[in-house]
Amino acid sequence: MNKMDLVSASQLKSDVTAFSPGDTVAVHVKVVEGDKERIQIFQGVVISRKGEGVNASFTVRKVSEGVGVERIFPLHSPSVAKIERIREGQVRRAKLYYLSSLKGKAARIDEKRSKAPVNAK
Amino acid sequence: MRALIGKKIGMTRIFDEAGNMVAATVIEAGPCVVTQVKTQDKDGYTAVQVGFGSKKEKHSNRALRGHFKASGKGPYEVVRELRDLEIDREVKIGDEIKADIFTVGDVVRVTGVSKGLGFQGVVRRHHFNGGPVTHGQSDRLRAPGSLGQSSYPSRVFKGLRMAGRMGGDRVTLRNLRVLKVDIANNLLIIKGAVPGTENGIVLIRK
Repeated sequence: MNKMDLVSASQLKSDVTAFSPGDTVAVHVKVVEGDKERIQIFQGVVISRKGEGVNASFTVRKVSEGVGVERIFPLHSPSVAKIERIREGQVRRAKLYYLSSLKGKAARIDEKRSKAPVNAK
Repeated sequence: MRALIGKKIGMTRIFDEAGNMVAATVIEAGPCVVTQVKTQDKDGYTAVQVGFGSKKEKHSNRALRGHFKASGKGPYEVVRELRDLEIDREVKIGDEIKADIFTVGDVVRVTGVSKGLGFQGVVRRHHFNGGPVTHGQSDRLRAPGSLGQSSYPSRVFKGLRMAGRMGGDRVTLRNLRVLKVDIANNLLIIKGAVPGTENGIVLIRK
C-alpha cells in the first residue's frame, strides 16, 4: 500500500450504503448547534455521484415547499451519519441534472422493478 | 527548536474534527538518524547532524561511508545539520528522531525548494498588470512597461523586476498546522500546501 493510500484509507467509511442515481435516499446529517448535536434528515432523489476515494460526493435534490433544493454531500464526511435508501429508481442516465428543469408529474422517477429470478416462470 | 527532515509525498483532502474537508499535504517525516553531535568545546558551536533516507552505497564516497559508520546506517540521501535542536531528550550518534516530536495542532514552518517554472514573463513572475488590450495597442499585453528614464538616470536600476527564471528557490512557509501524526508510518499531515514537488525534500521546524 503506498503512503497516500494509507492516509486516505483512514478517512474512508467502511459501511457506506449502496445507492445509485435515481434512488430516493434519506441523508442523516449531524448538525451542531452551540454545544448540542442533533440529526437532521434531508430526503430526496440522488441526481449525481462523483469522484472516488476521499473525494467521493453525491448530490441530493428535493422539492421543498415548491422550491427545488440540491445539496452536495461528501460521501465519507463524518457529518453524514447515515444514508437510508428509501426507494430505488429506474433511470437511464448517471447524472439527472435534467430534473431541475422539470416540475410536478414530469419530475417523477419510475420505481425500479426487481428482476424476476430466471427459473421462475 | 524541533526539526525533522522529510519528503513530500503528495496532497489529499482530509476531514478535521468539525467534519470540514480541508486540503492537506502528506509528508514522510523522518526517521532521521543522528550522524554527528557537534559541541561547543570541540566544534565551536552546537548542532546535530542528521541523515534521512537512503541511497546506494556506490553513490557515496569512502569518506562519507566512514563518517556514517558510527551511526550504524547509511549512506543517507540527505545529510543536514540542525542547530539549536531541542527535543525532550539528549541525542547521541545512532539515535533516531521520529515524527513523534510533533503533536497534532502544532504550528510549524516548512522549508523546501519550490517547483522550477523556467523562464517566465513579468506578469507571471512579479504579478505585473501588463498593458492595455484596446485603444490601438499592439504587442503590449504582457509587456513590463518602462524600465527607466532617458536623460536621468540614463540606465536601468539594479534589481529591477524583469522576466527570468522563476521557481527553484528555497521557500519557507510559516504558520502551517499539523493535522495528524502517524508515528507507525512516519507520516505528518499538514494543513494546506508546502513548497516543492512531490518527492521533494522538506525541512519541518517548530
